[in-house]
Amino acid sequence: MCAIDASSSPPQTERATAVELAGITKRFPGVVANHDIRLRVHEGTVHALVGENGAGKSTLMKILYGMQKPDEGTITVGGTRVSFSSPADAIARGIGMVHQHFMLADNLTVLENVVLGSEKLHGIGGAARRRILEISERYGLGVRPDALVEDLGVADRQRVEILKVLYRGARILILDEPTAVLVPQEVDALFDNLRELTSEGLSVIFISHKLGEVLSVADDITVIRRGTTVGTADPKQTTARKLAEMMVGSQLPTPETAESTVTDRPVLTVDSLRLEAEGGRAVLDDITFTIHAGEVLGLAGVEGNGQTELIDALIGLRPADSGAIHLEGEEITSWATRRRREAGIGYIPEDRHRHALLLDSPLWENRILGHVTEAPNAKGFWLDPKGAQADTRRIVAEYDVRTPGIDVTAGSLSGGNQQKLIVGREMSHAPRFLIAAHPTRGVDVGAQAAIWDVIREARREGLAVLLISADLDELIGLSDTLRVIYNGRLVADADPSSITSEELGSAMTGAAAGHLEHTEAPSAASTAPAAPEDEAR
Amino acid sequence: MKKFDKERLLLAAAGPVMALVAAILLTSVVLLVSGRSPIEPYVIMGEQLAFSDVQVLIVNQASLYYIAALAVALGFRMNLFNIGVDGQYRLAAMMTAVVGANIALPAFLQIPLLLLVAVLTGAFWAGIAGVLKVTRGVSEVVATIMLNSIATALILYLTQADTWGVQVGNNRTTGEMHTSGWIPGIDLGPDVGEVYGLVFLAVVLGVLYWLVLNRTRFGFDLRASGQSPEAAKASGADAKRMTLTAMLISGGVAGLSGLPLLLGDAHTYDLSFPATLGFTAIGIALLGRNHPGGIALAALLWAFLDKASQALDYAQPEPYEKEIAMIMQGVIVFAVVISYEVVRVWGLRRQQKRVGEELAAAAAAAAGTSDKGDKTEKEVAAR
Repeated sequence: MCAIDASSSPPQTERATAVELAGITKRFPGVVANHDIRLRVHEGTVHALVGENGAGKSTLMKILYGMQKPDEGTITVGGTRVSFSSPADAIARGIGMVHQHFMLADNLTVLENVVLGSEKLHGIGGAARRRILEISERYGLGVRPDALVEDLGVADRQRVEILKVLYRGARILILDEPTAVLVPQEVDALFDNLRELTSEGLSVIFISHKLGEVLSVADDITVIRRGTTVGTADPKQTTARKLAEMMVGSQLPTPETAESTVTDRPVLTVDSLRLEAEGGRAVLDDITFTIHAGEVLGLAGVEGNGQTELIDALIGLRPADSGAIHLEGEEITSWATRRRREAGIGYIPEDRHRHALLLDSPLWENRILGHVTEAPNAKGFWLDPKGAQADTRRIVAEYDVRTPGIDVTAGSLSGGNQQKLIVGREMSHAPRFLIAAHPTRGVDVGAQAAIWDVIREARREGLAVLLISADLDELIGLSDTLRVIYNGRLVADADPSSITSEELGSAMTGAAAGHLEHTEAPSAASTAPAAPEDEAR
Repeated sequence: MKKFDKERLLLAAAGPVMALVAAILLTSVVLLVSGRSPIEPYVIMGEQLAFSDVQVLIVNQASLYYIAALAVALGFRMNLFNIGVDGQYRLAAMMTAVVGANIALPAFLQIPLLLLVAVLTGAFWAGIAGVLKVTRGVSEVVATIMLNSIATALILYLTQADTWGVQVGNNRTTGEMHTSGWIPGIDLGPDVGEVYGLVFLAVVLGVLYWLVLNRTRFGFDLRASGQSPEAAKASGADAKRMTLTAMLISGGVAGLSGLPLLLGDAHTYDLSFPATLGFTAIGIALLGRNHPGGIALAALLWAFLDKASQALDYAQPEPYEKEIAMIMQGVIVFAVVISYEVVRVWGLRRQQKRVGEELAAAAAAAAGTSDKGDKTEKEVAAR
């Protein structure tokens, strides 16, 4: 991996604490919340906050930036306890945030963007321009105040965002996944900027899950897993592998399936599927695969390589531009979503809040969603609330959905319980083919095991499953066949019984293609959970 | 579960009640500032309720408001803002009057024909906005506002004497409708007046509205599309078809909203036909929370403010301006929007807090029983 020795960071002497979070707890229906989080950031350092997607990093930063109030716990800035009720309070205390998605007005100049909302500081004219140039020079940002933002590249925009925050007097900068949008050279330049900042005594909180980058830039590392801090690490002494183990946790239940249940009866056949973005660029090209009854086909890939588009094409949300999809011999390429669902395609979407639930509706109405034309939810043209309610009670009991009743809104359940309801709903209609996208993301350990059990059980009974997951251990453990998607194409396949996460990970970055053979590695990787690949996202 | 229902009821009622209280308080402030009694106007208006002729006026007026507000509410449930109910209603009323004046069938054919004309005209006018939205992505708000203006111009053109109109003095009318298209009211005596026959149409539409939304597959898709378009699409609802259908139905209902007056009393469409009914209906739908029962109460309240305020002009010893009622109506609309948001946020906080407490209790229990080591324990607790 690309772990660089952290020799360029300033020498570690005993430094004053810039900001300290203690015992932060935030309870929140439906998402992984924060629980008893501790974080201490020293002055003049880059402090990295690492954790998987959905581990609670952003909730924590929203709390520190005053966008949300913690239920418990204290925030201390520069030795004084503070309580923020809005970002304005945080800014007044010298805390600034650079969001992952830039908040700039394209049709204004850099100067106008910087002074916007802070006109009182240095006016909007010469004084402001002088101040901007002064900051830019001091930290080597190279910002031109009169350039139009729409003419700037991504890296330049990011520097404008950083300058905006400094202009408002921030001493503590929060950078949310700053490298996600940058190419490697730009990342190096950004890190140089960060070092300039820390050498002037400013502190940076750097949120990321790219471990190589974290090791190269950070002075301290705090790891978050499932909403709580699991430990801190010294980048000089740790490795990407150790960090990954902390992030993922070594006590996860193993998703291993027992004997193979794959039959030779094809359920879903996709043939040369092609999907184009506006303008004719292919987002999916030449996708061909078959899933048999009793088979789980795992699809590995860095997020954004066509998985979402493939799911949309299979469930009927986006029409295929060419190619064919067959469900047990019947061509369904031109079918609408509802007809496909009625025909027995189950769907566990990636983003359950947006695609699988009506958060403000009671559980029993959510049980109807997606199956409104089917029994027990409807009798012909009419809904059957009684039937749906009775069946919701059955799902709640059978799938162990923890809820005070079926009349509470879906939004008030925790993520794991929402997911169990969704899984129960989809399995209740005896699907022939199930699309399971990140079925255990943001779900607690208990629910995770339960969901794996359901998938295994259904597979034994002849269900065909397309499993998409960012959790490579889950993918390897549950799948009968593995495919790797890269840039909209299926580039590699592998045998889950012998492949390791590392080998799969390198194919996900496009480095390997074709049939992946496991090369016998020295004993290390046999039992310990493998580290998620550095670029995994 | 009883407790939960009570809470929901409380939350549902809190918004409108807060809005009404705020409206009364603010109106009283206005009265005080202008040196008038802040209480007497309410007393005068309250007394009006006892007169049966005023009651009839209120019920008749409310029936128009109710149907128009149902049309607005139907759009709201689908997340569509049909601001064009006014144009749809006026155009439909005019077309119905024209047909009623020029075709004379027996009543059992004539009345269904007139209802059909009204529905189709309203649906057609709203459908233009629907088609534009579905095919070209034009916001239905902009399209329906434009269509309101076009409807005004179109009505002026069509009611000219040399097209379909009949000039009566200074007034442009569509001519008197044939009596087979008149719907008799319930006569409560010469001093009291008649309740429009089509008040019952309003009731039927209210029941239908509830049935369709809550008890049919179509209604479920419509509500789902309104709540979360993405989830509805993934569930198999055809977003474009739902949008167009909702616009058509909303327009069709809007088309009916002028008929209680047209067929029950006016029997002709002329310049004095009430304008801005469709805009008033937006406020009523908001106040009634898009619920058929709530809308009925809101429509009655609005009609009461309209009709009872007339008495303020004749108050002894000195008259009050009847515009006091208009101030109240205006403030109610404002206060409703604000108070619903306040109640929503408050309800959400309460729910989150309750769930949070339950989670904390569960976490504590889990921490007590777990013996799988420190790390697993934290995982469970952090849920």
